Amino acid sequence: MVEMWMGQIVAQEYGADGDAEAGYGHVRKPGLDISHGVALYLDGISVSFDGFRALNQLTLAIDVGELRCIIGPNGAGKTTMMDVITGKTRPDSGQAWFGQTIDLLKLREAEVVAAGIGRKFQKPTVFEDLSVQDNLELALKTDKRARRTLFFRLSGEQRRRVEEVLELIHLHDQAARRAGDLSHGQKQWLEIGMLLMLNPKLLLLDEPVAGMTDAETERTAGLFTSLAGKHTLVVVEHDMEFVRRIAHKVTVLHEGSVLAEGSLEQVQANERVVEVYLGR
Amino acid sequence: MAVAPSSSNASSAHGARAQLQPPTAFLPPWGWATLLLFLLLICVAAPVLALAVPHGSNLHLSQYWVALAGKILCYAMVALAMDMVWGYAGILSLGHGLFFALGGYAMGMYLNRAMTAASGNLPDFMQFMQWTHFPWYWQGTEHFAYALFLALAVPGLLAFVFGFFAFRSRIKGVYFSIITQALTYAAMLLFFRNETGFGGNNGLTDFKVLLGFPVGTMAMSVALFVASGVALAGMFLFARWLVRSKFGRVLTAIRDAESRVMFCGYDPLWFKLGVWTASAVMCGLAGALYAPQVGIINPSEMSPANSIEIAIWTAIGGRGTLIGPIVGAVLVNASKSWLTVAMPEAWLYLLGGLFIVVTLFAPYGIVGLWRQWRLRHG
Ligand SMILES: Nc1ncnc2c1ncn2[C@@H]1O[C@H](COP(=O)(O)OP(=O)(O)OP(=O)(O)O)[C@@H](O)[C@H]1O
Ligand SMILES: [Mg+2]
Repeated sequence: MVEMWMGQIVAQEYGADGDAEAGYGHVRKPGLDISHGVALYLDGISVSFDGFRALNQLTLAIDVGELRCIIGPNGAGKTTMMDVITGKTRPDSGQAWFGQTIDLLKLREAEVVAAGIGRKFQKPTVFEDLSVQDNLELALKTDKRARRTLFFRLSGEQRRRVEEVLELIHLHDQAARRAGDLSHGQKQWLEIGMLLMLNPKLLLLDEPVAGMTDAETERTAGLFTSLAGKHTLVVVEHDMEFVRRIAHKVTVLHEGSVLAEGSLEQVQANERVVEVYLGR
Repeated sequence: MAVAPSSSNASSAHGARAQLQPPTAFLPPWGWATLLLFLLLICVAAPVLALAVPHGSNLHLSQYWVALAGKILCYAMVALAMDMVWGYAGILSLGHGLFFALGGYAMGMYLNRAMTAASGNLPDFMQFMQWTHFPWYWQGTEHFAYALFLALAVPGLLAFVFGFFAFRSRIKGVYFSIITQALTYAAMLLFFRNETGFGGNNGLTDFKVLLGFPVGTMAMSVALFVASGVALAGMFLFARWLVRSKFGRVLTAIRDAESRVMFCGYDPLWFKLGVWTASAVMCGLAGALYAPQVGIINPSEMSPANSIEIAIWTAIGGRGTLIGPIVGAVLVNASKSWLTVAMPEAWLYLLGGLFIVVTLFAPYGIVGLWRQWRLRHG
């Protein structure tokens, strides 16, 4: 049921994508060009922190509509990779392209979002002091310039959109609840809901099911598989059961570069992977 | 915009339908009632008690009390302005005294010009330095409207420029607070210099006329007191509108999770800059009302300790609420004017002690305690 419902929203969302973009006047960059089928391309990215190489000549290509899982031991550089893509960390060298035309290394965080990339943090980050519905409303895809927010009021259509996402993330009866009072898993869902409000083309999800119950994890898997195809997803996870459930293609990171890539079976059969990361 | 799918599907798929909560009222009924009562006290009761009730009567309000209350209302405006940046946006300023003082100086310039126009003499400090005319930057300050404009625009502009560079460089937390302390300290040193042209360490004083009326009379004290009360009520309504708007909720969001705000597509710079500048302008107006009520404005208003005190009032009253800073400023300053007479040495220790107690045991101040108490008792 959930998946069916999800597919419907996604389809509708995509149909209307073109004009949604218009609200971002001030950050308009050359539009996203994914005609070559590549959504994200990292080339030779290196990042060091005080001499320690967190990313080492990382090269990675993600296809449009793909659901890619990234696994790797702690400290492999998975989060750092997301920091680079989203403009939070500037690499020492290398290139990062969103589609054919958008040079991610030139954008600030808010511009990366406006370009169509959404991110869920490893530690669930929601606006604890605001209500669940306010959290979603703030994420809503509209003009985000400060002066536009002074007189902003939800239109009927936008209200329905917030309500839809509330239902989708199973927080329909929690709209007025303070986000800080939600359970860990519910916060994860809320953060995912905020991503859906943004309707990004590329979703970066850092350990999205950490702290979720089995049932919640199962629902998340359903949600992600239904999003793939219409959206491109990059999911970092340690939970191998979850990865098995959703992944078509898996990339193993180790010491800041790609150790192996392929289906989960292929990767798990890889000797070097077993060596550094015993499959878990 | 996304087109919403028809909701009939949704209800059949889920049974439970999400229902957004309507926004809460701008002010609850008791809030409006309190505001009305406040305005009645300020605009009707106080003037009647001060002007109409004869001197000997027990009910007579003396000029001392009117002036003191008017001064405290100005402090309350500053605390409210402080809370908008600290309580809501999470930016602790330890330099708000500077914006307040600048507003006071702008009004002081007008008052000096009005004195000169009436008496034909330049202010004493200019005569002392053997100046024969007002320096160029005093140009136009003989007009009340222009001086009032300066009182708002100078703090606003300074805050905007300073804030732009500070927020753009993502200076946060204690670093930001320290820089604001340095800023107000530097301004104080500048204003201490006689050559700066604002009366050196004596500041601007000797106010005689305001808009053609004599300063220092009971009628003038009452008029300024009423103006301060109305300004405070106006600022409160403005603040209330701002924090309830989406802009205000983004501010709270920035305070709680700035990175998430950025990844929702907002650039925090403009939100911080907006509230920061608005707050400085509010302080400027408070300062402009303050100077004629106390009869002097001098660089000590820019001392770092003064700005820290503003933060303390706000913390004691309860930050993150709009009524808290007002309560804090009134209570602390009322006790201060009593205690500094009764036992002057004790005041600073008491204030420091109170601040520590509040920080440790009541992070949301008096208003927070009150709310807790109400939650526990029905
Ligand atoms: N800001 C920083 N300063 C210094 N070192 C950092 C910084 N950020 C990350 N690192 C280091 O870089 C390495 C890679 O970190 P990263 O967070 O990308 O790992 P990860 O693959 O996400 O690990 P985990 O599975 O634990 O989340 C780690 O050794 C980490 O300590
Ligand atoms: Mg990580």
